Amino acid sequence: MASLIGLYSLIFGLCFSFLIILFSVKNYRHKNTFDNKIIYLTFLQLFFVVLSFLGLIASFVNSDFSNETVFNHSHTTKPLFYKISGTWGNHEGSLLLWLLVLTLFIFLFLLKSKKQAKQYRILTLLFQQIIIIGFFIFIIKTSNPFNYIFPVPNEGLGLNPILQDPALAIHPPILYLGYVGSSIIFSSTLAATTLNYISKDWAKHIKLWVLGSWIFLTLGILLGSIWAYYELGWGGFWFWDPVENVSLMPWLALTTLLHCILILEKRLVLTSWVVVLSISTFTLSMCGTFLVRSGILNSVHTFANDPERGIFILIFLFCLIFLSLFIFFFFHKVKNKDTDNIFWLSKETSILINNWFMMYFLTVVLIGTVYPIFLEVISSEKISVGPPFYNKLIVPFLIPFLLVMAIGPNLKWIKSDLKNKIYLLIFLIISFLLSVLIIKKLNVNFLINTILVTSAFYLFFITSRDFFIKKLRNLSQNIAHFGFSLLILSILFNNIFSTEIITNLKIGETFENEKFKINFENIEQKDEQNFKAIIGKFNIENLDGNVEILRPELRIYNQPNIVTSEAAIKTNLLKDRFMTMNIIQNQDYFNIRYQIKPFMIWIWFSVLLIGLGGTMSLFKIRYED
Amino acid sequence: MYGRKVRLRFFFIILILLTLILSVFLILKYLEENVVYFQSPSEIKVLSEIKKNKIRVGGMVKIDSISMKEKEIKFIITDFKNEINVIYSGVIPNLFTEGKGVVAEGYLKDKNFFLATKILAKHDENYMPLEVKAALKEK
Repeated sequence: MASLIGLYSLIFGLCFSFLIILFSVKNYRHKNTFDNKIIYLTFLQLFFVVLSFLGLIASFVNSDFSNETVFNHSHTTKPLFYKISGTWGNHEGSLLLWLLVLTLFIFLFLLKSKKQAKQYRILTLLFQQIIIIGFFIFIIKTSNPFNYIFPVPNEGLGLNPILQDPALAIHPPILYLGYVGSSIIFSSTLAATTLNYISKDWAKHIKLWVLGSWIFLTLGILLGSIWAYYELGWGGFWFWDPVENVSLMPWLALTTLLHCILILEKRLVLTSWVVVLSISTFTLSMCGTFLVRSGILNSVHTFANDPERGIFILIFLFCLIFLSLFIFFFFHKVKNKDTDNIFWLSKETSILINNWFMMYFLTVVLIGTVYPIFLEVISSEKISVGPPFYNKLIVPFLIPFLLVMAIGPNLKWIKSDLKNKIYLLIFLIISFLLSVLIIKKLNVNFLINTILVTSAFYLFFITSRDFFIKKLRNLSQNIAHFGFSLLILSILFNNIFSTEIITNLKIGETFENEKFKINFENIEQKDEQNFKAIIGKFNIENLDGNVEILRPELRIYNQPNIVTSEAAIKTNLLKDRFMTMNIIQNQDYFNIRYQIKPFMIWIWFSVLLIGLGGTMSLFKIRYED
Repeated sequence: MYGRKVRLRFFFIILILLTLILSVFLILKYLEENVVYFQSPSEIKVLSEIKKNKIRVGGMVKIDSISMKEKEIKFIITDFKNEINVIYSGVIPNLFTEGKGVVAEGYLKDKNFFLATKILAKHDENYMPLEVKAALKEK
């Protein structure tokens, strides 16, 4: 029943798209004021998509196995929370969520843009409707979440257990808010280009959307990363896995765009650059969905895929890119030949330099992600690109990037000089001495690590100083940059100071090295709603005689029958102690991994700070309006 | 001669070109060094020389081939035509089981021995790595 309502709402929603286009075109041609009927129609479309989505949720909650999606991804013994989150934990449901956010955002856009010109609003709506129609057809034709199966099965296949996790339950919605937010930026940029509407006011108005999607994308990536840390049991937070890369690429483009919009708002230069970035951000978001969902990527964590769907998204993507390039080349006029008048020492130059660095990082990630696919298509050679590729190409360029990031905010717009800037040099020397002191004693590559840590400390000190000197001025920017310096510092120290032990132990055995003793005391079993847990008890004795108890867990799920490891993590301000265990069929040995990861909590905290900076900036704009 | 503005722009264009060339060169160079090729046990059998590069080997874990010790685990990867012995010490993923698909990353000692540095498995019970599927299909 709920499925049926869902399906019909979906088709009704598509019909409204055509109504909206009809009314918009009429309104665009004939009247001078914006026809409010269009807003009602948009609202009705949103209503039907929400209804459809609720229909799917209801089917999941009621475990209605006549619905194919529910059958494939749910099970009666699953806790209610994961029945609901299972709605978007699969391909069909997650696309419906995409569509929901697409319609929600265009409705919000129409409400929020009352001060803008009529033609611009309608054109944005039209471009957005093209995307919306594309998704409607995609969902109904290739990935209908409401397919009926007969005879009705008694029991579902269940949701992959490692997806049954609170962080991953909210990770897709948040990430999608960021991804889909870029669709509004895309549509409105195309509209503004067509109408030659790009101005300082437009920059201010679109900045809200850029910031909004940027915050959600940042938080979405953070959630995914935290989940990977404790659930996959690899003890890391970033693996340069293709699926991670496709979320990083739109983030890089969006961050670049965010900074460009600032220049545009102040000086009305770099308009073409903003247009190009808006187009690439959305394209990369679409590509992300395509690559993850189509099964082209051979990744460790793609969960639902089907190659045929990929072709549809690919064609759709090409149409969108073609359309936007057409508009860019034929309609875009450079308004102001101000571009030549950017002085070498100014805030905008520093932003521009780092823009180029970001584009470079983006290119590296893009090539590393796409090259294996490309090579397989042309030569059927199967390869993968490992983390060293990214580390070697990105890490050295972080040094100038961090330095410019530290100096830039302390320069003036238009033209700056170096008077009263002696503190910049002093802080550099202090950072360098501090880094030498820290790195000297360690057994790592001295030169590269010292310079890296120096530049990270430099940004750290300069932004800390700015909190005192500038006080409330530019506070949001300062918090975000401070967060970034903290992030880089934590990652660097995390890499340098991490220790790891991997060994195989039987129950009762003890592992010993010069630093600590790990004693595998016992295991106990526990029965939960949909899994059996085996909990190990480990006593870890440090050199100074301190004993720490860690209890890593193995979960054997009933449906589907999968074993997952739950890491035991003890966190304090300075370090995380991280332990996982695993068994192999018919073996007495347990595979144990024990890690000490310094500053883990600071990595999460610093990303939160970056997001907080964005949020404060968002509220500042709204307050000023 | 040319005006200051023209010279400045000329300089600017040269700068951009140089950075472009440099970054393309860097990316290609490191790409070549860090690419990991995938090979099946049968492909390894017919290799003419053993290279020092890191590679990936994929196939099925042969039934009854796993033996575990405190420091290491030994098993055999097979594509039902040829097989290769693998020695590994490190983290074993949850889905590593006899009779299921596996991909091991590491170095070839000779045509019969592979020193793995990492074992990959996907988190899905029905999953078979794409490479393994292709390698098995070829037989």
